[in-house]
Amino acid sequence: MAIEVNGKSYDTDEEGYLADLNQWEAEVATAMAQADGTELTDSHWEVINFLREYYEEYQIAPAVRVLTKAIGKKLGKDKGNSKYLYELFPYGPAKQACKYAGLPKPTGCV
Amino acid sequence: MAEPWEDEPEGPVRKFMYVNRRAPYGTIYALESLEVVLIAAAFEQDVTLVFMDDGVFQIKKGQSTEAIGVKNFSPTYRALEGYDVEKLYVSRESLESRGLTTDDLVVPVQVLDKDQLAALMEEQEVILSF
Repeated sequence: MAIEVNGKSYDTDEEGYLADLNQWEAEVATAMAQADGTELTDSHWEVINFLREYYEEYQIAPAVRVLTKAIGKKLGKDKGNSKYLYELFPYGPAKQACKYAGLPKPTGCV
Repeated sequence: MAEPWEDEPEGPVRKFMYVNRRAPYGTIYALESLEVVLIAAAFEQDVTLVFMDDGVFQIKKGQSTEAIGVKNFSPTYRALEGYDVEKLYVSRESLESRGLTTDDLVVPVQVLDKDQLAALMEEQEVILSF
C-alpha cells in the first residue's frame, strides 16, 4: 500500500503505518489525519512531536500507558491522562498518534 | 460499557522472570525477549530481567550495528524504566569473566552471584529463558 502526498508516494503497511520512518514529513501526518477526518491542531502536534522524540531516544513506540505517563511528566497533568489523549486521538492515542508520527504500531498496543 | 479512557479492571499479576543468555545479534532471541518483556510490562505484570552468559552483551554500551545491517535496539533497554520494569539483574560471574563492570552497561542493574540468582528464581511463578 501507499499514500500520495503532494504528488509524492509513501509506502505503508496494510494498516496504514509508514514503511520507512525516515521518509516522514509533517505533510504526511496532515494527509493521514485528513483521511481519518481529523484536522491536526497544536495539541495533536504536541503529542506527535513527543512520540517522534521518544522513538528517536528509545527506538520503540511506547505503549499507551507509558505514553500517558510520559506526556504527563513533560506537558503537565492536565494532558497526561487518557481522557485528554482519547479526545485528541479517538482511535486509540498510541495507535493513531504513532501512525501520524510515522512510527511503527506500538508493541503490545491495545 | 466503560469508556475507552477508563482503566480496565485489573487482571491477575504474576511474577515473570526473563533470563537472557545470548549475544544480542546473530539470533533473534534477544530482540524477541525484549519484545515479550515490553508486552508483559504493558499488561502490568511483575517483571524481572536477568542477564547472564553472553546475554550481558545485550546491555553493553557503545553497540554499533551498521556493518551487519540490523537495528541497534540497545537504547530500548533504557525505556524499561518508563514501563516500570526496574528489576534488572546481572550475573556477577558472567560480567567478570567478560571483563565488564556495571559502568559498561546502558542501564542500572544489580549484580548478583550464583546463589543469589538461584534464590531469586525460586521466588518466580514463570521463568522464560532466551
